[in-house]
Amino acid sequence: MCGNEALAEAAIIAGVDAYFGYPITPQNEIPAYMSRRMPEEGRVFVQSESELAAINMVYGASATGKRAMTSSSSPGISLMQEGMSYLAGAELPAVVVNVMRGGPGLGNIAPSQGDYYQSTRGGGHGDYRTIVLAPSGVQEMADCMPLAFDLADEYRMTVLVLADGILGQMMEPVALEKKPRRKLPPKDWALTGIQDREQRIVRSLRLEEGVLEKLNYKLQAKYDKVRENEVLCEQYKVDDADIVVIAFGIAARVVRSAVNKARKEGIKAGWIRPVTLWPFPTEQISRAAEQFRIFLTVEMNCGQMVDDVKLAVAGRVPVLFYGRPGGGILSADEILEKIRQLTFPPKKR
Amino acid sequence: MKTVFKRTPTLNDTPTHYCPGCGHGIAHRLVAETIDDLDIRGRTIGIAPVGCSVLAYDYLDVDMVEVAHGRAPAVATGMKRTNPDKIIFSYQGDGDLASIGMAEIVHAAHRGEKITVIFINNAVYGMTGGQMAPTTVLNQITATSPRGRQRTDQGYPLQVSELLATLPGAIYIERCALSSPARIRKAKQAVMHAFELQVNDAPGLSLVELLSPCPTYWRMTPAKAIEWIENELIKTFPLGCLKNFES
Repeated sequence: MCGNEALAEAAIIAGVDAYFGYPITPQNEIPAYMSRRMPEEGRVFVQSESELAAINMVYGASATGKRAMTSSSSPGISLMQEGMSYLAGAELPAVVVNVMRGGPGLGNIAPSQGDYYQSTRGGGHGDYRTIVLAPSGVQEMADCMPLAFDLADEYRMTVLVLADGILGQMMEPVALEKKPRRKLPPKDWALTGIQDREQRIVRSLRLEEGVLEKLNYKLQAKYDKVRENEVLCEQYKVDDADIVVIAFGIAARVVRSAVNKARKEGIKAGWIRPVTLWPFPTEQISRAAEQFRIFLTVEMNCGQMVDDVKLAVAGRVPVLFYGRPGGGILSADEILEKIRQLTFPPKKR
Repeated sequence: MKTVFKRTPTLNDTPTHYCPGCGHGIAHRLVAETIDDLDIRGRTIGIAPVGCSVLAYDYLDVDMVEVAHGRAPAVATGMKRTNPDKIIFSYQGDGDLASIGMAEIVHAAHRGEKITVIFINNAVYGMTGGQMAPTTVLNQITATSPRGRQRTDQGYPLQVSELLATLPGAIYIERCALSSPARIRKAKQAVMHAFELQVNDAPGLSLVELLSPCPTYWRMTPAKAIEWIENELIKTFPLGCLKNFES
């Protein structure tokens, strides 16, 4: 299965009630798969007229307590930012998949990691966050979906799955299985019709003096809880490393090969891979910076996550950056070459 | 003593924030009465727009959601598709529906979503301070058309109901006015019919456009505003049923 299809089937297994989306490359396998499978399951598939409409359809379904998702790629995700801000203000759960492509603008359809800033800084207007999961293989494209839906429901937040064109298109064997759900709070805010209870309102407008400020503090307290409990991070041979390479998503796969090659050459290299980009594994990286070593951040952009690495390191060790923007694909050998240059004395080929 | 007129249960017993002479209060009452007449309050979910009626949920005692400007028909789609047994209606003004939300209403109608839309047309943006709307009539003076709307500069007023009536997915479209007791009674029948179609699972979107007075931004007394609907607004937006569903 390709990554996009694995993700789609995993969403169905995770109990998604409705999928809404608009065509854009390189994620078209997701709506195509959903258009076939969702009706088979007696669930909802709608091809929307735009990404604006898609995210608002998610908003509507979610407001009634249903599990809803959409997927798109970078330019389409930009259009969804309005809706994601409203989802944050109204505290509605949602799962949004971004299979990133090269930007800015229409850019190209090649894989990219150019949307790190947009994803980890809220993205739309206002003081809010989204949880960001960054899979690095087809199995993880599938595995992150049940987690995404559970996190969304538990915290009443948008969970963004941040993949890229390679992850979406590449094929790998994948095991799909139903995972037990987290213990989730009841949706006692959902609009289900007034019946014999008081009226429920889902809203983001807070005009009365001080009420919006209070809501924002409530949101921040929730985000603190997420920071405390939901950081996911992978580490490899960091303990004795002189050079620690930090990368996420597909770049982390390439980095892993480069680090293995470096080890074979006797270079003490290790890697850290943030799995959640927000909340960012600040503590794990900070701990790794306690010993003197060099950090190298590798991204398929001009340097975005490197800012978060620098914040975690707080000036204690050098943090260097290597990346390629605009759909340029990294190779293990070019990263290895960079690692060699950073060793002292520099390793010659 | 016999009670001949009273508050309908779905309308909350609270003063509204609307200006004197505004039509929203009447329109809210028509929606509330309809919900009570059809006995669907327990399974109705309303959608409030961005505009003067953003706080409609303070007055209508049903479950309600507030949504981004113009996006109500998309939100309604998400709700109705996942809850076919619920009655979903959106309540939208002309800035919301006819300008920023044009794509959403056209495509919801085009897909034949089984939802009900109450479209308040007062030919002006109210909440933001009386700016020109797509529905502002020719020569009408607004905050952003100080010399009056000119067809050569700002285009003709947009007739949304006529446009939507061309779509097969829109099954009932009627334009009414809130300018006299007789017209309001007619509007009530239209709102009732629009909701009934959804209750009966009729295959498409129903919309009632209500020409509604905005004395504040028409710079008129409430009485003059009523006259202006009758003498001017109706010329651009003729009343009547543009399309009806025959089962």
